[in-house]
Amino acid sequence: MREELNAIEARGLVKRFGKTTALAGVDLTARAGSVLGLLGPNGAGKTTAVRILATLLRPDEGEARVCGYDVVRDAYQVRQLTGLTGQYASVDEGLSGTNNLVMIGRLLGMSRAESRARAAGLLARFELTDAAGRPAKTYSGGMRRRLDLAASLVGRPRVLYLDEPTTGLDPYSRNEVWAMIRELVTDGTAVLLTTQYLDEADQLAHDIVVIDQGRVIATGTPDELKAGAGRQVLEVTPASRADVAAVAAVLSALLNGEPVVSPESGRVTAQVDDGRQLPEIVRELDDRGIELAEFALRKASLDEVFLALTGHRAEETAPEETDVPAGRRQQKLSRSAQ
Amino acid sequence: MTTFPLEPARRLSPVTGLRNSLTLTWRSVLKIRTNPEDMFGLLLQPIMYLVLFTYVFGGQLAGSTHQYLEYSLPGIMVLSVTFATLGTGMMLSQDVATGVFDRFRALPIARSAPLAGAILGDNVRYLISIAVTLGFGFILGFRILTSPLAAIMACLLLVVFALAMCWVSALIGMLVKSAQAVQWWGFLVMFPLIFGSNILTDEAKMPGWLQAFVKVNPVTYLTEAERALLTGGPAATVVIRSLLWALGIFVVFAPLAVRAYRRRA
Repeated sequence: MREELNAIEARGLVKRFGKTTALAGVDLTARAGSVLGLLGPNGAGKTTAVRILATLLRPDEGEARVCGYDVVRDAYQVRQLTGLTGQYASVDEGLSGTNNLVMIGRLLGMSRAESRARAAGLLARFELTDAAGRPAKTYSGGMRRRLDLAASLVGRPRVLYLDEPTTGLDPYSRNEVWAMIRELVTDGTAVLLTTQYLDEADQLAHDIVVIDQGRVIATGTPDELKAGAGRQVLEVTPASRADVAAVAAVLSALLNGEPVVSPESGRVTAQVDDGRQLPEIVRELDDRGIELAEFALRKASLDEVFLALTGHRAEETAPEETDVPAGRRQQKLSRSAQ
Repeated sequence: MTTFPLEPARRLSPVTGLRNSLTLTWRSVLKIRTNPEDMFGLLLQPIMYLVLFTYVFGGQLAGSTHQYLEYSLPGIMVLSVTFATLGTGMMLSQDVATGVFDRFRALPIARSAPLAGAILGDNVRYLISIAVTLGFGFILGFRILTSPLAAIMACLLLVVFALAMCWVSALIGMLVKSAQAVQWWGFLVMFPLIFGSNILTDEAKMPGWLQAFVKVNPVTYLTEAERALLTGGPAATVVIRSLLWALGIFVVFAPLAVRAYRRRA
């Protein structure tokens, strides 16, 4: 039964470009009506994975199926079921918004009237009606991205690839794109979203696959990943800036990890392995007469999870070599997640 | 309403492929209309050549500007149309650079459609170029001395030649990185081809090595054919030679361009 198939099912994808290995055996699964977040720094292999799934590249090894169709052997079928928006696939800047969408409608076999109606509907939905007749090159970045998204929806795809759809957008446009993605998923579309913004994955994705240097280093729901990193984060801000060093000293003495001091906010942050340590910390701070403005325990952010997993921040480009082999890190995570 | 079929089609029919090509031809033509710079260049280039060449060289070379216009206009048509073929390569290159090409490739359309669309659409550019050159030539005093039929054949011959040359342009477009680079490489290839010919002057006073080049240059034959068809003279041999040259260029460059295209499509 086709309905029970996963929208995307990829096993052991390998892709090399000369000496560079962009993907070193990646597995991905996305259910219909869900968002799979593919998270990783620049150069991690996210775009390569999307290009393989969108039939733009052939994998060197492994296989991928979209709604049950093989991306290499059944590329024509896959193209009928998918839509692509991203850093690479783009709109024609010389054509108006309307004509961009009409062109795609016509290419997908719609009649002239049908594609005009579809274009008008999508432009209205993406708040582009006022600019419909203007060439796309006159659009702002946010408008262009919305037109791009509209273009990938002309054929009502069952699987939508969004390759960093909000990179370079202002917060307002970003929220708009997010709202549209949520709406699509409600309609049953499966979305593969690549992003280097952890809060984006946190906000939208039902499942997250973290890749780094072409390998999957963690999988799970956003909550599982945060819990899997094990630790919670304690944030303490003394009422007086003069006490910042003293707070850091207390946390350093009572907790395993080294606390991090933010000079701008006067906040001290430290990882907590065991919640039972908290009363002791409060007592110690009280004994020293330190007055507190903030004392909060929260889950590790995906940012911190990412740092813990990869050894570097999400915004940085992946380093050539890391001290811990990626495979071992993954084992570590799945153990702690159990 | 059209939705993606639950069971997608298994293979692309030739009719769909043809429809795809026509849709993308429509797109190319639309782009000429909506791109003011392109339109401007297409309209002004022949006018500029006509005015400059006629009045700069005319008195010197032919005794009177009118006589020179009758001599040079067929060559200026060849020049304008040949330069217009650069549009094919520039458009393809731009589509690759901007990601439009990837969007096409991710759609269930015939693989050849973007290439076919660019090449078919450019016929409109050639026709515009021919019409402007002839039209402005008339204003300056050029007269067709043969028959309307011969004049139509002259225009058709130009389009056929352009349809061969545009494969050279397409190949350049697939090999270089940007539309600007297409323009430079195109000029490097086309400039000697166009001006190393008899479009502006008779080759009799050129040095021997240049005469040798002029005598094998396809532009020379095409220009002579155009002159014969528009202002009279024996046409058959030069028309046939021009057609053979066009065929030769097509046979060599079309497969090369298609191969380069397939590597990227």
